[in-house]
Amino acid sequence: MTPKEIFESNRPGSKDVAWCPGCGNFGIRNILIEAFSELNLKPTEVVIISGIGQAAKMPHYINVNGYHTLHGRAIPIATAVKAANPSLTVIAEGGDGDMYAEGGNHLLHAIRRNPDITVLIHNNQIYGLTKGQASPTTPIGMKTPTQPWGVFEEPLNPIALAIALGASFVARTFVGYFKESVEIIKQAIKHKGLAIVDIFQPCVSFNKLNTYSWYKEHTYWMKDHDPHDRIEAFKRAIETDPLPLGIFYINEKPTFEEQVPAYKRDKRPLWMRDPKIELVKKFFESKR
Amino acid sequence: MKVVRDDISIVLGGAAGQGIQTVEVLLTHALKRAGYHVFGTKEYMSRIRGGINTTEIRVASRRVRAFVKRIDLLVPFKKGTLTWVKDRISDNTIVLGEKENIEEEFLEKINLVEVPLTKTALKVGSQLYLNTIAAGLIFGLFGAPVEIIESEVRNHFKGKSEKIVEKNVEAVREGYNIGRSIAEEGKIVVDIKPDEKVKEEILLSGTEAVGIGALAGGMNFLSFYPMSPSTGVSTFAAQHAEEFEIIVEQTEDEIAAINMAIGAWFAGARAMVSTSGGGFALMCEALSLAGMAENPVVIHLAQRPGPATGLPTRTMQGDLNLVLYAGHGDFPRIILAPGTLEEAFYLTAEAFNLADKYQVPVIILTDQYFVDSYYNLPEPDVSKVKVEKYIVKAEKGYKRYKLTEDGISPRAIPGYGEDVVVANGNEHDEWGDITEDAEITRKMQEKRAIKKLETIKRNAPLPKIIGREDAKFYVISWGSTFHIVEEALELLKRDDVAHVHFSWLYPLNPKIKDILAGKTLIAVENNVTGQFADLLKKELDIRVDHKILKYDGRPFAVEEVYEALKGVIE
Ligand SMILES: Cc1ncc(C[n+]2csc(CCOP(=O)(O)OP(=O)(O)O)c2C)c(N)n1
Ligand code: SF4
Repeated sequence: MTPKEIFESNRPGSKDVAWCPGCGNFGIRNILIEAFSELNLKPTEVVIISGIGQAAKMPHYINVNGYHTLHGRAIPIATAVKAANPSLTVIAEGGDGDMYAEGGNHLLHAIRRNPDITVLIHNNQIYGLTKGQASPTTPIGMKTPTQPWGVFEEPLNPIALAIALGASFVARTFVGYFKESVEIIKQAIKHKGLAIVDIFQPCVSFNKLNTYSWYKEHTYWMKDHDPHDRIEAFKRAIETDPLPLGIFYINEKPTFEEQVPAYKRDKRPLWMRDPKIELVKKFFESKR
Repeated sequence: MKVVRDDISIVLGGAAGQGIQTVEVLLTHALKRAGYHVFGTKEYMSRIRGGINTTEIRVASRRVRAFVKRIDLLVPFKKGTLTWVKDRISDNTIVLGEKENIEEEFLEKINLVEVPLTKTALKVGSQLYLNTIAAGLIFGLFGAPVEIIESEVRNHFKGKSEKIVEKNVEAVREGYNIGRSIAEEGKIVVDIKPDEKVKEEILLSGTEAVGIGALAGGMNFLSFYPMSPSTGVSTFAAQHAEEFEIIVEQTEDEIAAINMAIGAWFAGARAMVSTSGGGFALMCEALSLAGMAENPVVIHLAQRPGPATGLPTRTMQGDLNLVLYAGHGDFPRIILAPGTLEEAFYLTAEAFNLADKYQVPVIILTDQYFVDSYYNLPEPDVSKVKVEKYIVKAEKGYKRYKLTEDGISPRAIPGYGEDVVVANGNEHDEWGDITEDAEITRKMQEKRAIKKLETIKRNAPLPKIIGREDAKFYVISWGSTFHIVEEALELLKRDDVAHVHFSWLYPLNPKIKDILAGKTLIAVENNVTGQFADLLKKELDIRVDHKILKYDGRPFAVEEVYEALKGVIE
């Protein structure tokens, strides 16, 4: 097993962590490092593409390749990174606002496209970095500075949505369960195809309802659930209280990179390739 | 009797869906193979059926590469064509076709040569053969061997049943014979000399020149969302994807398209997006990301008139300001605008080296007129295309944003070398981690917006001067108007007027100020405000004396530029 220390960043910028003390993001970071190490990955083989938000600061506090991009855009970028170099382990990471609001459209289409990447959503049911506005998963009735009358929009059910679209791998966990979360993330990374993991994560600063104890009290682990049964998966996905945790659904199908013509004969990543000048000449020949 | 010498402008007009394109393809290819210089361009309506679309085909004894207003031979496939082009018809225009396709009011006034197209088609077997007959008919006027167009027909219909191919060959021969007899009876005499050298040349469109240039430059990833008139380049890439073993992906929107291209470059690919103004508008946020993260990206933008959805199928050079100022914050970019098809090939290939070297967005500006025009040209020399890769290995302690003298930090990619690579769209330190430090912020802003920009400027090529450097008047053009201005100046025949063409639009090399100093400057631009003239003023404090502008969604015609220049100079 790879020692966990190799994933600890020594860069000067990694020292001053911008997360609030007690934030669930720390737990997710530790879960990730444990999962990488148990999977025997090397830092240079892993890439974390993040969007914007507190969750999206992950690449700065961990020693793997990283790209801190734009709000909601981690998925298309991660998709292309994997497509350009399939030997990399690619993770797209962001908050619930990042992935379900600004990036919602990309998530839908990533499910259709099925790149072999892992999408981790730090779901604290609130916007953290912009100080506590409602997110697409904020429960009805919660009052926020920008929804002082209380949220009345139906919260998004990302699990049901992903299953409805036939996503390749759909799971939910809670950061308070370390070992189980490591296991789920390992499964997600190993899974061939798009793996979506919604991770409940308390925001201690702005979400006073969905706390550590709230998640413990309002969740349970699915036992004897067959993730290959889509109807069962869907039934579990629409349960509201308690909320099930675990792998809901697995749908093996070809990945994006497997189907693009670029890798049919040549398995090298794109950066190693040179233009096919003889084909350019042949093209000109055909234009005579 | 009507005689057309050395240079004929043939216009075919009809409804979308009527198959004028078939005539155009057959004719231009056959004529080129017969040794004639050809030029083709089309204008079309934003609809799938009906309306009036026209194609202009120029055939000449010498090279012709520009749109002219003049019509020597008009072939209407539908009533309404003559009204649509009426300001292009003169006493010298010959209309070749059937009375049914000509509006009453024109019948008296035009030189009509009637041909029984429909009757002949029915004789061959069906109305469907009308197009092939028309192609044969026009080809027949030139008197080149019928076998040439026959083989074009076989080639065009290959994949169809044997019967369809043979019927079309019969149709083209029928048309050819009619054409020959019209010529022999002296009703229309076309006197154009073939040139053996043309046979060795290739026939290419703007779309193909950009597409094949990208492939020659090592493009191995293209993401796009369809939008006229840029889609052709994406279609081209998709159709060559298997052969060239590249990735071509139609995304959910332009935002995903450019973000994918950015991701692909981050992982070491050479990626491009092809779009139009409206699509580019959606890409501005990611353009800024590329600027901040110093992530290379190549964007092909085929302009059409805006604002908003504007005129979807028409042409304009109206998006220069968009690409100049798109994205928030200060960061450099490179803007290119090929003027010729050769240049489109070489510049598009080079765009990938430039993006790789300077780690900035490189934008290739074309427009509808450019991508939809084609002509014969000598085969580009592919050995001149040099693929320069600037990717380095991430050594231990690698700093993605190392501060350097010229503002360029060596770029490593994930998975190559011993250390990790951290890129960032937030302000960052040298390692790529977020920073809010005032000192580092200042240095990074200067690195991107000043040092790097200066480096690019210093290396920016100068505009091309055609004509005498000591001429009193300099006519300034950029991008697609190159050949139009070129031909207008040939007509003008004045050696005190030279042509200065810009295909590298930004950033401008400071030496340009000296080159243009003391001249009377006349800018020719296909937009309403003279965006490039404004750029010269802003960047180099160069004041253009006269602007010749056209902004009705149509390209300049040679005659229009010629008249306007005469107006300014004389
Ligand atoms: C295009 C754009 N719009 C808005 C923002 C401001 N913004 C930054 S983070 C954020 C939401 C963060 O919430 P979430 O994704 O749930 O992440 P968290 O901070 O809770 O981890 C927003 C709206 C932005 N950076 N970019
Ligand atoms: S704002 Fe919330 S989510 Fe963000 S770091 Fe603080 S506690 Fe964590």
